[in-house]
Amino acid sequence: MEQKLKTEFEKFISTSNFSNQEIKLKKEALDNFLKNGFPSRKLENWKFSDINQIIQKNIGELAFYNDYSVENEINDDIFIKEIEHNKIVIINGKVERLSFEYEEKDKINLSTLDNFNQNSNDDNSLLSLNNSFSNKIHNILVKKNYSFKKPLVIYQITNEKVSNTNINFQLNFELEENSSIRIINLSDDNSEKNFINNLFNFNLGKNSILKNYKIDKKSNTNIKYDYSSIIQKENSISETFIFSSGSHYIKNEVNCNLEGKYSSAFINGIHLLSKNKHHEIRTKTNHLYENTKSYQLIKSVINDSSKSVYQGKIYVDSKAQKTDGYQLSKALLLNEQAEFNAKPELEIYADDVKCSHGSASGSLDDNSIFYLMSRGLNQKTAKELLINGFLLDVVEKITDDEIKKFLKNMIGLN
Amino acid sequence: MRDKQIEDLKDYKYGFSTDIESFKAPKGLNEEVIRFISSIKKEPDWLLQWRLKAFERLKVLKEPNWQKPKYPKIDYQDLYYYSAPKSFKEKPKNLEDLDPKLLETYKKLGIPLQEQKRLNGIAVDAVFDSVSVATTFKDTLTEKGIIFCSISEAIQKHPDLVRKYLGSVIPITDHFFATLNSAVFTDGSFVYIPPNVKCPMELSTYFRINASDTGQFERTLIIADKGSYVSYLEGCTAPMRDENQLHAANVELIALDDAEIKYSTVQNWYPGDKDGKGGIYNFVTKRGLCKGKNSKISWTQVETGSAITWKYPSCILKGDNSIGEFYSIAITNNHQKADTGTKMIHLGKNTKSKIISKGISAGKSDMTYRGLVDISKNAANSTNFTQCDSLLMGNKCGAHTVPYIKNKNSNSSIAHEATTSKISEDQLHYCQQRGLNQEEAVGLIVNGFCKEVLQQLPMEFAVEAQKLVGISLEGSVG
Repeated sequence: MEQKLKTEFEKFISTSNFSNQEIKLKKEALDNFLKNGFPSRKLENWKFSDINQIIQKNIGELAFYNDYSVENEINDDIFIKEIEHNKIVIINGKVERLSFEYEEKDKINLSTLDNFNQNSNDDNSLLSLNNSFSNKIHNILVKKNYSFKKPLVIYQITNEKVSNTNINFQLNFELEENSSIRIINLSDDNSEKNFINNLFNFNLGKNSILKNYKIDKKSNTNIKYDYSSIIQKENSISETFIFSSGSHYIKNEVNCNLEGKYSSAFINGIHLLSKNKHHEIRTKTNHLYENTKSYQLIKSVINDSSKSVYQGKIYVDSKAQKTDGYQLSKALLLNEQAEFNAKPELEIYADDVKCSHGSASGSLDDNSIFYLMSRGLNQKTAKELLINGFLLDVVEKITDDEIKKFLKNMIGLN
Repeated sequence: MRDKQIEDLKDYKYGFSTDIESFKAPKGLNEEVIRFISSIKKEPDWLLQWRLKAFERLKVLKEPNWQKPKYPKIDYQDLYYYSAPKSFKEKPKNLEDLDPKLLETYKKLGIPLQEQKRLNGIAVDAVFDSVSVATTFKDTLTEKGIIFCSISEAIQKHPDLVRKYLGSVIPITDHFFATLNSAVFTDGSFVYIPPNVKCPMELSTYFRINASDTGQFERTLIIADKGSYVSYLEGCTAPMRDENQLHAANVELIALDDAEIKYSTVQNWYPGDKDGKGGIYNFVTKRGLCKGKNSKISWTQVETGSAITWKYPSCILKGDNSIGEFYSIAITNNHQKADTGTKMIHLGKNTKSKIISKGISAGKSDMTYRGLVDISKNAANSTNFTQCDSLLMGNKCGAHTVPYIKNKNSNSSIAHEATTSKISEDQLHYCQQRGLNQEEAVGLIVNGFCKEVLQQLPMEFAVEAQKLVGISLEGSVG
C-alpha cells in the first residue's frame, strides 16, 4: 500500500496546483499517515469499529488518486425545494458551486487556504490522510455582527464515476464576533464502495452561533469518516445534530473545545440502522474554561444485524470550575442480531462541577405495546409509534423551527 | 555467581526439610526459582508443570500499559520470589518500636492493644491466644465438612479439588500479572464448602493459622458446592505495612448450582508518604465464576490504601439465573492512584448483575472507575444496573469514569448512570451549624455517600470501615 500511496500522491501533486508551502505540509501529512496506517482496533478510539478491517472487507484495495480536473454536472433536481437556501455543491470531493445568493456579499468572505492546520493530534491518522489528499480548502468567513438570512445547505454528492476510491474533503468556517450561521449538511450518494473522509473545522468567535445539521439518509455502500472540530470562544453556542442512517458504515466524530467562559455545546444524534450497517458516533467535549456547558443526547434504533456504537467523553480541565456536563445515550435493539456498544466516559480534574452520564439499552417495552394494542392499534403500528416517539425526542431538540419542520418531514417523523 | 547459587538450589530439591526460616531464594525470575519454590513446598509434579507452563507463557506476554496510573518500570529480575516467613527475632518487639503515626491511627480505629501487636507480628502473650480462638473455629468448621486452610496445605491434603479448580477461572494464559502469579505464587487461602452447607461464620484470613506473611504473590481459591453459602473476608481495616512493593495476587471463586459466595475486602496497605514516595502497588486479579444455575457471587470492596490500586473483581455469569454483584468504595488521597471497577460477563440466560461504585478523590490523587458489562447473544432476559458516583475534593485531583457497555441481546437491558460532584457548601454549612467541625462534617457526608456499599459489609467490618473512610480523608479539607 505504501508504494501505491506514494505514487498516487506524486500524481495528485503534479496534476494539481498547490503552493510550495502546501506541498510541504501535504508531504508531512502523508508521512504521518504512512507511519500509522489506517486505524485498527488496537487503538482505544477504534476498539468498536476497526476501520482498517472494515475497509479491507468491504472495499478491498483503495485508490487514492482523485482527478479534480474533471467537471461534474450538477443536477438541479436534488436541491431542497421546501426551504430557500444558499448552496455549496461538492461532487466527489470537489467544490463545484458556491452560491450565497441570499446573503449580503460584503458580509462574507470566501477564500481558499494556503495553510492548513495539521490536526495531527492523538492517534488519528485519518486526519493526516485527509490533509495530504484533499483539494484546495475553502474557507467561509462570516463577518462581525452578521447573521445568515437563509440556511446554507452543503450538498455532498458522489456519482457513479468513482468507486473503490478514497475521497478526502475539507472545509473551514470562521465565525466572527456576534455572527451566526445555520448549516444543513446533506449527503447524496450515488456511488458504491468508496471511502469518504470528511473534515470540517469551525472557529467560533465571541457570541457567535453555529447550528449544524448533518443528514445521511440515502442508502449506499460507502464507508465514511466524518470529523468536525469546533473551537468556541466566550459565550458562543454550537448545536450539532446528526442523523445517521444511509451509508454502510459511518463514524461521526465531533470534537468540541470550549475555550471561553459561558460557551456551550449541544450534540444530538440519531442512529436508525438496518441490514448489516455499522454506525458510530464519538463525541469529545473539552471543558477548558470556567462556566461552560455541554449536552449530548444520542439515540439508536437498531434493526436486523446492524451495530450501533456511541463513545462520548466529557473532559473537564482543572481550570474549568462550574462546568455543567450531561450525556445520555439510549438504544433500542429490535432484533436478536442487533448490537449496541457504548463507552460514556468522564475525565474530570475540577471539583466544583456537575457532570453526569447515563446509558440504557434494551428492547421495546412490552407493557407499552400492550397498552397501545389494547386501544386498538395493531402490533406493527404500536411498535412504529413507540419508535417514532423514541426518536422524536432527539429531533425536538433542534432549535431552528424551519429546519426542524423540514427534517421531520424528511426523516418521516411526525 | 548466580549459576553457582542455582546449582546450590538444585541440591536442595530433595533434602530440604529444616531451616526454612533463614532461607531465601536468590533474586530473579527463572525456571530454577520456580522449581525451587515448588520443591520447597513439596508440590506434586503436575503443579510444577503447571507453574512452568505459566512461566513459558509469561515469556511471551507483555506488561499491560493501558491503565491510567503509570508507574516506574518494575525489574522482575530484581525481586525475591521466595522468602521464608520471618522469625520473631527480626520483628519489632514492642509497640514503642513502631511508627507513632501508625499507633495513632490504631487508636482512632479503636483496635485493641493486643490486636495491634498481632497485626505487626509482635509476639503476643498467653492471655490473648488467637491460635486457640482459631482452633475453636476450626472444630466447628471441620464438623460441617468445610475445608479452610492454606493453599499449600490443600495441595497436600486435597490435591484433587485443587487440581480440578485451580486456574479454571483465571487460566495461566491470562494477562501478565495473573500469569506471573500462576508461575510463582507462594501461598494463600483455600476454602471448600460441601453441598448444602451454610458456613456458620464469616471466614477470614484473620483466623487462619499461619496466615502471616503469605507474601506478595498470594493465591486464593474458594469453591462453594451445590446449595452452599459462604462469606469470606479479606484484609482488615488496620493499616498494613509490607516490604514488598508489588502485590500481584490471584483470587478465584467458583459457585456451583444454587451456591452463593460473598467476598468482602478491606484494603488499607501503605499508600506512601505525603509526597507520594513509596507505597504498595496493588495489582490483583479477582474473578468469580457463577458456574451453576441460580448461583450468586457478590464482591464488596473498600479500597483506601496502596499507592496504586489496579484491580477489577469480575463475575462470569455462566449458569442460567445467576447473579453477580459488585459494591465498591475507593478513596484516594495525597498522591494515591486507583484504577478499579469490575467486569460482568453475561453468558447464561436470565442473568442479573448490579454494580455500585463510589469513588472519592482528594489531595493530588487520581481515581478511575473502569468497568465492562458484556451481554452475549445467548444471555436472553439479562439485566444490568450500574451506578458510579464520584466525589471530588479540591481541584488538584481527578475522577474519571470509563464504562464499556456491550449489548448483543435484544431481550436484555442495560442501564448505566454516573455522576461527579463535590460536597456542596450547603451540606457542609448545615452540619457545621449543628456543632460538627469541618472534618467531622466531611466524614459524615462521605459516609452517607458510601452508605449503599458499607451496608453490604458484614456488621463488625462495617463499623470499622466507616471510621476508616473518615480517617483516609484526613487533611484533605480546609
